[in-house]
Amino acid sequence: MKEILKMQNITKVYPNGIVANKRVNFSVNEGEIHALVGENGAGKTTLMKILFGLEQPEEGAIYLNGKKVSINSPFIAIKNGIGMVHQHFMLVPSLTVAENIVLGIEPRKRGFIDFKKAVEITEELAQKYNLKVDAKAVVRDLPVGMKQKVEILKALLRGAKILILDEPTAVLTPQETEELFEELLRLKEKGHTIIFISHKLREVKQISDRVTIMRHGKNVGVFKTSEVTEQDISKLMVGRDVVLKIEKTQHKPGEVVLEVKNLTWINEWGKPTLKNVSFSVRSGEILGVAGVEGNGQRELVEIITGLRKFDKGDLLLDGKIINNLSIKERRELGISYIPEDRMVYGVAAEASIAENLIADRFEKREFNHGILTNIRKIASFSKYLIEEFKIQCSSFNQKVKMLSGGNIQKVVVAREFSSGPKLLIADQPTRGIDVGATELIHKKIIELRDRGTAVLLISADLNEIMELSDTLIVMFGGEIVAYFDDLSKVTEEELGTYMLGLKKQSYEEIRRVLYA
Amino acid sequence: MKILEIIFSTSFGYAILRVTTPILFAALGAVISDKAGVINIALEGIMLMAALWGVIISAFTHSAWWGLVAAIVSGVLMSFILAYFSLNLKTDVILAGIALNLFSSGGTIFILYLVAHDKGISSSLKSEVLPQMTLPLVNKIPVIGPIFSGHNILTYIALLAVILVYVLLYRTPLGLRIRAVGENPDAADSVGIGVNKIRYIALLLSGILASFGGAYLSMGYVSWFSTNMTAGRGFIALAAEAMGKGTPLGTFFASLLFGFAGALANNLQSLRIPSEFIQMIPYIVTIIGLVIYSSSQVSRIKKVKEQ
Repeated sequence: MKEILKMQNITKVYPNGIVANKRVNFSVNEGEIHALVGENGAGKTTLMKILFGLEQPEEGAIYLNGKKVSINSPFIAIKNGIGMVHQHFMLVPSLTVAENIVLGIEPRKRGFIDFKKAVEITEELAQKYNLKVDAKAVVRDLPVGMKQKVEILKALLRGAKILILDEPTAVLTPQETEELFEELLRLKEKGHTIIFISHKLREVKQISDRVTIMRHGKNVGVFKTSEVTEQDISKLMVGRDVVLKIEKTQHKPGEVVLEVKNLTWINEWGKPTLKNVSFSVRSGEILGVAGVEGNGQRELVEIITGLRKFDKGDLLLDGKIINNLSIKERRELGISYIPEDRMVYGVAAEASIAENLIADRFEKREFNHGILTNIRKIASFSKYLIEEFKIQCSSFNQKVKMLSGGNIQKVVVAREFSSGPKLLIADQPTRGIDVGATELIHKKIIELRDRGTAVLLISADLNEIMELSDTLIVMFGGEIVAYFDDLSKVTEEELGTYMLGLKKQSYEEIRRVLYA
Repeated sequence: MKILEIIFSTSFGYAILRVTTPILFAALGAVISDKAGVINIALEGIMLMAALWGVIISAFTHSAWWGLVAAIVSGVLMSFILAYFSLNLKTDVILAGIALNLFSSGGTIFILYLVAHDKGISSSLKSEVLPQMTLPLVNKIPVIGPIFSGHNILTYIALLAVILVYVLLYRTPLGLRIRAVGENPDAADSVGIGVNKIRYIALLLSGILASFGGAYLSMGYVSWFSTNMTAGRGFIALAAEAMGKGTPLGTFFASLLFGFAGALANNLQSLRIPSEFIQMIPYIVTIIGLVIYSSSQVSRIKKVKEQ
């Protein structure tokens, strides 16, 4: 097979001093599906951003078909036949599919955009690659899987021979993933080369021909996928044996802690994003909420935590209505919250670790001397938590923004867990953080559960939700469409059918989650 | 009632268009820059500069047209400065805009003093005025004729600009790119569109439109330049753009509303009401307009929720 792309000795240092790539060599053959794997922060995305011209390396060279090229903007990358489907889609929501696809290379008629031609181009292309999209649909209204197709078509229209897919399956259901894989194989047949970034090893085994493994910004191995096992790959990725299974004992549910009754939320465009949602969470139990993102999970979490006002339905904590309590009052009653977006809702990035750790209790008598703060007490408290949660930092006075993603999340978790919550709402608690931190956070969540905390876990990562939850509800279109009290009897595929709204349990089955 | 009599006269209709013109130009400028994702708060200053240069150059060349050209050049320069500071040097665009407004407010007086030896008004300069146009046929139609015919040529250009801006934004490749850049700059960047380039173009277009408004003030609305003669029209234009939800047509109607208020203020000066009160009308309408607009948004959302 012919080598189509070679990246040689790539070194990238970010302005904040983080070395993302250290003398990385990376080579891809024509017409193969090449997986690029590694933990978060291993430098995969940086390497691909360099290839696509979004970042400039300090050192190193890129060869395409044996010829040295310098790629200093996406425009040049596109010209060289490189296309990229980003993790966060690069689409303009208010424009139609066709408009998004032709953006930048619009077909013209007398200086104006030829909208009819744009639709034709889109439909032709969709036909050719068998990627079914509605050219006239507005992108805002499309489901995630569809948006991804639009992204792929965008790259293909620009003549991409090498297609980079950055964690394409992270947002897809198992069914959508299967569909994507079929499409990728078809692209491969047509002679396209695909670079597939992932850390889901099962998928890597399933789809790729070869795999390059990265750790700490270095290339630690290239293999034919058929010749290595998942265990081999994960060992190289993490540098040690990883327990892929989460260890936990059978849960012993107690009294109902949180009860959500007939919650309805209608968004500003008049669409209901929560329809009559009712469920309860018991102490000593982790209730998972599965579902494709954007099916009401965010609204649900924001209403329970008090970030969002609502007018229909009831929230009960220990049997008492908390509908109109402020965020602070809810926290005083024992609600803890790990937010989805840690940089916005989780921490104050410019403040120190210690300041972040006491953010929810700084006014408590134990942290103050009269009107001044008790610095010594805060220091000892912070040191204790830093040790307990293995936060890697130079001191408790370090600014939170200087930490890595995993350590920032540990700061959030340390604060939220140390208040001894009755109810913990964990919204994507391990998104985008490394395996080590993920393991720690999972362990701590189970510890909390065993001490009697009720946990509501929201996660887009099916693996996490299946492993961690004791019981599970599935949300689709703002409704609870399924409830499982025994996860050992459910497969990911079955969950997928509920997540896509293909199936719905009966009212009686779903009502069981109220334990009444 | 005398007020009703005033409002339902054709001369009042004429006055609305006359007063709307400068606001409409600037508001359309706000539409374009806002669509590209940069708020052009310097509209006020750009108009003021354009008004001054229009007067000075028309006085020296004895040509209103060269005055208009000079006004536009000054607008382009001003918005270029704004673009350079905010896009290249990454200054906060609001701060850069405020700086330009303050610069214009003082700078125009300084230049006026140098050229006309007067700190208040340009009456010592023999500046020209852009021509008025009588619309053939239309001027024969009762009611409509007196309202729509006989305006300054820039008033017609302003009306035309509503359509042009619409076509630009929604029918041309540049417009699509402007909208894409404003909504998701990363998306535009990822397909090789130069985000800064598009924003430069949007700011320059916005500046050109605002300078038409400025030229109209000193070479049509009146025939002289006086200090701070824009009197907040650049900011009223921003309000009009917001009320018009950023669409050219919506902005046009919102501008008309402010034009109505302005015309009312001008006409009521003949009544025995203290002029200070009357001069407040356009600004009060701005505030009331924004309050009504946002409360109607809120109640619309509420209504939908109750269903």
